Amino acid sequence: MNGFLHQVIAGIATGGIYASVALALVMIYQATHHVNFAQGEMATFSTYIALTLVQSGMPFWVAFLATVAISFCIGVVIERVLMRPMDKASVLTHVGLFIGLVLVVSNLTGWVFDYTVKPFPTPFYDGPLLGGLVTGHELGSTAVTLVVLGMVFLFFRYTRLGLAMRAAAFNPASARLVGVRVGWMLALGWGLAAAIGAIAGIMVAPVVFLEPNMMLGILLYAFAGALLGGIDNPGGAVIGGFAVGIIENLGGTYIVGTELKLTLALFIIIGVLLVKPAGLFGRVVLSRV
Amino acid sequence: MLNRRTLLAAGAAALAGPLAAPRIGQAADLTGVTADEIKIGSIFPYSGPASAYGVIGRLQQVFFKAINDAGGFQGRKLNYITYDDGYQPPKAVEQARRLVDQDKVSFLFNTLGTPSNTAIQRYMNQRKVPHLFLATGADKWANPREYPWTIGYQPSYRTEAQIFAKFMLEADRNAKLGILYQNDDFGKDYIAGVRDVLGPRFDTLVKTASYEVTDATIDSQVVQLQSLGCNALLTAATPKFAAQTIRKVFDIGWRPKQHFLTDVSISVGAVMNPAGPEKGVGIITAQYLKEPTDPTWQADPGMNEWRAWMQRHMPDADQTDGNFVYSYGVAKCMMQVLTQCNGDFSRENIMKQATSLNGVVIPSLINGITVGTSASNYHPIRTMQLAKWDGKTWERFGGLIQGAG
Repeated sequence: MNGFLHQVIAGIATGGIYASVALALVMIYQATHHVNFAQGEMATFSTYIALTLVQSGMPFWVAFLATVAISFCIGVVIERVLMRPMDKASVLTHVGLFIGLVLVVSNLTGWVFDYTVKPFPTPFYDGPLLGGLVTGHELGSTAVTLVVLGMVFLFFRYTRLGLAMRAAAFNPASARLVGVRVGWMLALGWGLAAAIGAIAGIMVAPVVFLEPNMMLGILLYAFAGALLGGIDNPGGAVIGGFAVGIIENLGGTYIVGTELKLTLALFIIIGVLLVKPAGLFGRVVLSRV
Repeated sequence: MLNRRTLLAAGAAALAGPLAAPRIGQAADLTGVTADEIKIGSIFPYSGPASAYGVIGRLQQVFFKAINDAGGFQGRKLNYITYDDGYQPPKAVEQARRLVDQDKVSFLFNTLGTPSNTAIQRYMNQRKVPHLFLATGADKWANPREYPWTIGYQPSYRTEAQIFAKFMLEADRNAKLGILYQNDDFGKDYIAGVRDVLGPRFDTLVKTASYEVTDATIDSQVVQLQSLGCNALLTAATPKFAAQTIRKVFDIGWRPKQHFLTDVSISVGAVMNPAGPEKGVGIITAQYLKEPTDPTWQADPGMNEWRAWMQRHMPDADQTDGNFVYSYGVAKCMMQVLTQCNGDFSRENIMKQATSLNGVVIPSLINGITVGTSASNYHPIRTMQLAKWDGKTWERFGGLIQGAG
C-alpha cells in the first residue's frame, strides 16, 4: 500500500508540472482561440534567459520577474511580427506557422545555449520532506502554480481588460464594434501566455533539468490535462493537469505498464474529445449569429 | 544453399558485372585506392543535438593530415573525407551514398551514432563497403552472419551489462536487481546483457521498468522498483534521466546495496554534478578508456604519447575532453588494420584484416585491455574495469572483467 500512496504523491508532483504548462495553454487559447504548439519551446527559451540572469549574479526572484517581463515582450513581438500578417489566413496556415515556430525556437535555443544538460537552481528548500515523499521544491512550485491560477482567474473574471480579451478572441467583429482594440488584445494574450510559460519553465527546470527539448513530452501531457479539465477554464486545466499526473502513474504501474504511459495520455485526449469535448469543467458555448 | 536471396544477389552481380570498372581482373575491389592515395570516408554530427561528439571527427582530420605531412602511409596519402549528418539518420544515408558513390571512398570509418549507423548499415553491406569501428555502443553491430561488412569498436552496452551482472552476483548472491531502462535499442541491450549472465534466473531475480524519452520524469518508475523490493539497481538512461534517477533514489531514501550506471551517463559535468555529487556516492560504472583527468595516468606512457600528440597538433583543444582520447585510440586502431593489410588495400582484405586483430595494444585503453577480433568475433573490446563514484571523481577498483559474449 505504501507503494500505492507513493505513486499517487509522485503523480501529484509530476501533475504539478503539467498543470503549470496547461495554464499557459489555457491563457493562449482564451486570448486567441488558438493552441500554440511552440508554447513549450518558448518557455524553455525563457528558462535559459532566467538561468543566464541568475548566473550573472542576480538574486533569484529579481531574475524571475525580469524573465517574466522579457518573455512577455518576446510574446508580443512574435504576435506583431509573425502572427499579425497571417491574421486573415486559414487555420492550417496558423498550424504551419506554429510548427515552424517550434523548429526555429528549439534550434535557436540549442544554438545559443548549447545542448548539454544543465542544473537549474530552486528558490525553495532543496531537499526531501515527509520522509522523501515530496521535495521542498515540489511543494513550492505547486504553490506558485496555484497563485498564478488565482491571478489568471481574477484577471479574466473581474478586470475590464480580461473581459475585452475574451471578447476579442471569441467574436472579433462584435468586439471591434464596441471599441475593443482587437489587434492589441491578441498581442497582449501572446505576451501573457509567454509570461506564464516562462513561470512554468522556471518551476519545471529544477525537477527535470534544463535542456533544449525539456518541454517536448511535457507539452503533450499538459495538453491532455488542459483538455481533460476544459481548455477555456484555468481551474479545470490545473485540476486536469494533476489528474493526468496521477492517472499516468497509477495506470503505468498497475494497469497498462510503463511502456504505454504516453499512450494513456493520448487516450485521454481522444476520450475527452469524443465524450465531452468541452472538458470536465468547461462550459459548452453556444454561438448565436 | 540456393534460395531467393542468393539467386537475386547472383542475378544482380551478373547484371552489375559488366558495368563495374573493368580495370581489375577478378573479385578484388580496389575502389578508392590508387598508387598514391587511399580514400577514407566518415560521418559525424558536427552540428545539431549531438554536436559535442564532433570533436572526434575534428581530431581524425588532424590525425590523417599529420600522417600525410610526414610523408604519408607506405607512400600513399590518406585522403580523409568527412561529412556532417547533424545526427539525423536520413542525412546520414545521403552522406553515406555521397561518400560511396561520388567520392568513391575505400571504406567508412568510425561513423557516429546508433540511429545514423542503423540507417546506413544495409546499404553498406549491399555495396560490400567496409563499415569499420562504428562510434556507438549498440550490440547489434556484432552480427557477422547478416552484416559481415559492419563492425563496432567500443564495448557494447550488452557487454557492459554482462560485466555488471557478473560483479553483482559475486558481491551478493541474494541480489534482487531492478533495471530502469530507456525503451529503445540502447536500453534493451542492458536487459539482454543481464539475461545473458542470469539465464533462467532472470525472471525471479530481476524487475524492470521502462521510460520513454518523452516522459517528463522517471519518478514513478523509481518508486515502482523500490516498492517491488529491489536491493540493487541498474540505470540504463541517457544523461538527463540518469541525473533525475540519482536524485530521486537519494531523495526517497532508497539505498540500493549496488547501483550500476551506464557509461553513457557518467559525465561529471552533465550528470553527477547536476544530480548533486553527494547523492551519487557509491554508484558503480564500467570503463575501458583512460580518463584524461585521472591523476593515475599522469606518468602513463600511453597517455604521455597522447598528450604529446595533442600538444604538437591540437594545442588549443580541451585536454580534459575524453572524446579526444577516444578518437586518438580508434584512429590508432585503424592504422593497425592498414598496416596489417601489407600493401593489399582491396575492400575484401581491409575487412579481413579488421576482423583479424590479435591483442592490439592501444595507448588510450586502460592497461591490460586490448583489441581482438576474428571472423566470428565482431566485438573488438570486451573487457572493462569497474569504477566507483566517490563524490568527486570515478575511482577504478578491482581487476579487469570480461563480458560473457
